[in-house]
Amino acid sequence: MAAKGIVVVKEEWCKGCNICAAVCPTQVLKLDKVRAVMTVAHPEKCIGCKQCEMICPDFCIYVFTPEEYEEIASA
Amino acid sequence: MGTPIPMEKIIEKKPYFKYLRLDKMPTIWCPGCGIGQAFRAACMALDELGISNDQVAMVSGIGCSSRTPGYFDGFTLHTTHGRALTFATGLKLSKPELTTLVFTGDGDALAIGGNHFIHAARRNIDLTVVLINNWIYGMTGGQVSPTTPEGAYATTTPYGNYEPQFDIARVAIAAGATYVARGTAYHAMELKKLIMDGIKHKGFALIEVLSPCTIVYGRKNRMSIEEMYFWFKENTIPVKAWEKLPEEKRAGKIPRGVLYHDDSRPEYCEVYWNKVKQLSGGE
Repeated sequence: MAAKGIVVVKEEWCKGCNICAAVCPTQVLKLDKVRAVMTVAHPEKCIGCKQCEMICPDFCIYVFTPEEYEEIASA
Repeated sequence: MGTPIPMEKIIEKKPYFKYLRLDKMPTIWCPGCGIGQAFRAACMALDELGISNDQVAMVSGIGCSSRTPGYFDGFTLHTTHGRALTFATGLKLSKPELTTLVFTGDGDALAIGGNHFIHAARRNIDLTVVLINNWIYGMTGGQVSPTTPEGAYATTTPYGNYEPQFDIARVAIAAGATYVARGTAYHAMELKKLIMDGIKHKGFALIEVLSPCTIVYGRKNRMSIEEMYFWFKENTIPVKAWEKLPEEKRAGKIPRGVLYHDDSRPEYCEVYWNKVKQLSGGE
């Protein structure tokens, strides 16, 4: 199944608090314990609910729809 | 996903980012601190109401929560400990057209600034106060604050806190605030709506944000970051459901949502400027 959302993590701002992974209903995100930053482990599972984006206290997770992402990436 | 996306593109898609000073990021707060959510909720509320950067002022005192204006692109004022509301009162009186947001914490607003807090509420001045209640003095190392729950551990209460806790919402209602709401850092969209209503409300609006102090309070009380967030999910209930609960089931639960809303009282700036006009002969 194709992903309904594209998750982007801005690693420079991430502090590795792991809340986004805790609220994610489909376990898209995984904490990289060595660097203490969030990584997108299973991008294909994303359902685009934006819970991770809304709960991130450090403004470093962004969820785009595939169309939005394409628009951004192509420009 | 691997390729970094330029920030300008992100701002285009996420319009509330225009209120952030991106060059100051990342924020100074500890990992998992709930102030970020409250700040985002305020930015999203401002964006949704269509208030531009030069129509809004953000005032704060001292404390973790009071670092917020440092990341806010608009008029900002970082003032002395506990006096955020006094400075905000002066600012609002001289510039009533500015949307004035006050970011303050439990220690800032209720301990050292308790007096200013109740008097600002009494005057019913048009301020939107986002009071971040993390139950502890986070910045200074975890001393007990007026809102620390009974039995909780802090640096200055190594055997558990034995003082009763302040209920901020009830203090504000008793003092005369006309919009009192409570949200949590976990319920991000609800918090945005509460802050939006607070900004729209003409009069003193208090939004208490229950926010986890993950590092200081969490370490002292043996709670992980995720546990603290899920604690909010399990132990706060919408105020409508709370009202239907029988008395014996309410213990340990916290109501959230709009707790009090009254539009009948006059707003202070209006009363003040009408008085000035009246005394100066109608000019």
